[in-house]
Amino acid sequence: MAEFLVGAAAFILGMVALGLVRVLRGPGDADRIMAAQLFGTGGIAAVLLLGTATGERATLDVALTLALLAAFAAFAFVKAKLAQTPGESRTADSP
Amino acid sequence: MNLLLDLWTVVAVITGAFFFFAGTVGLLRFPDSLTRLHALSKADNLGLGLVVLGLLPQMDSVSAGLKLVCIWLLVLLSGATASQWIARTLRHSGSGP
Amino acid sequence: MIEVLNFGLAALILGLAVWAIVAREAPAAVVGFIVYGLLLTLVWLQLRGIDVALTEAAIGGGLTGVLLISAAVRLRSTESAFRAQRPAASTRWLAAVLAAAVTGALAICVLALPEPAPTLAPEVLANMAVTEVENPITAVLLAFRAMDTLLEAIVLVFALIGVWSLAPDLAWGGRPGPLQVADPNGMLAYVARVLPPIGIVAGIYIFWIGADHPGGKFQGATILAAMWLLVMMAGLADAPPVSRRWLRWLLVAGPLVFIAIGVVGAVTANAFLAYPQGFAKPLILAIEFALMPTLTLVLGLMLLGAPRRGKSP
Repeated sequence: MAEFLVGAAAFILGMVALGLVRVLRGPGDADRIMAAQLFGTGGIAAVLLLGTATGERATLDVALTLALLAAFAAFAFVKAKLAQTPGESRTADSP
Repeated sequence: MNLLLDLWTVVAVITGAFFFFAGTVGLLRFPDSLTRLHALSKADNLGLGLVVLGLLPQMDSVSAGLKLVCIWLLVLLSGATASQWIARTLRHSGSGP
Repeated sequence: MIEVLNFGLAALILGLAVWAIVAREAPAAVVGFIVYGLLLTLVWLQLRGIDVALTEAAIGGGLTGVLLISAAVRLRSTESAFRAQRPAASTRWLAAVLAAAVTGALAICVLALPEPAPTLAPEVLANMAVTEVENPITAVLLAFRAMDTLLEAIVLVFALIGVWSLAPDLAWGGRPGPLQVADPNGMLAYVARVLPPIGIVAGIYIFWIGADHPGGKFQGATILAAMWLLVMMAGLADAPPVSRRWLRWLLVAGPLVFIAIGVVGAVTANAFLAYPQGFAKPLILAIEFALMPTLTLVLGLMLLGAPRRGKSP
């Protein structure tokens, strides 16, 4: 069972690594952020599988932290993008 | 009973891994950003969800199992919101339909 | 199978590191860097360093990502001017050779370590019982090397003061970051209402279990700071002016309590930061409680940057 779980983790990581090609090629920032999202989710899956394989309970907390903060980069990206074009949230620099 | 649980784990994890595979293929091969976003969210929801379902029998306490489900729900929440926002950015920048 | 995984991880990390350096545009490099941080978390897990993996996940995945992405997107307009000023090829080659030489020296040092490598871990485990905590990392950070932790906390506050010193004169002591106007029905506002309560519970949970399991105040404070930043990003709360008294008191409260406990130790147990017999765990808890708000504020404020607006809203 442990071997199988480690193998599944390796497979998922490999798949998600292929998604890196999309990071490298773009053609836009949105595609790159999407690839980072995929990596985040795949990473959480890999952490869960590896943690179950080794029986170390604390890895669940690592996965919890990753899950909480996974989308922050995407939020920051969209926020910064929308600050440059009219959009949902306007920002104003007052003196 | 143990054998049944192990079988459940193996089947669910393999199906979850397949959805990650499908998500990656979509990310690489779909023609434009919005369709790629669609592929990405499939991997998020289904791939991780099936992996979590598969790992539930392997947990040794109810609280660990609850934590697993919590992790999946959090990923769903933040993933859904981020996808919506990325789609909005794409529409503003004109690469949408 | 483990070998395949480890080898794959190492290859991926090296590839991403090269990408982050070689990428043409800043946002592309930043995304590569964030993914690199995620992979590093996995590496730490494989090396059985769960506390470090937690810290890497929180800081590398979350906070550093936010910082670098907003900076990269904002610097977009200056990219072409920057690229026109690239140093000559000879300078870049020299930099590459020097970096490779340092890497080579580090690799030789690591590979030349005797087997088994010298370590103090057995001594820590042997003497841990007196500190009354179960997590050896916490025992080292807050009992055996408490002085280092105190100095780190003080250095963080100094770093924050350094960031504040970049404020323009008109905004001195004012609010950091631009004014965010919230769309109350918007998606970011929705997430900023749903996620922070969960995040706060998770942050406090990770802080609390740090005594006996991997975790601790630093990782907990990072999660709390990230939730605070999310609320501010959505416009649901505004950044406080940095001249507010309560803010400044909270910032110094952590190091002050730490120093006070150290002085108490000097008086009652014959050494600065020594804990009297039987009082180790309560004192460690007191230090952690005092440092949590300090760390949360420091991390959040450092990511907001220097004040850019005046004190009035």
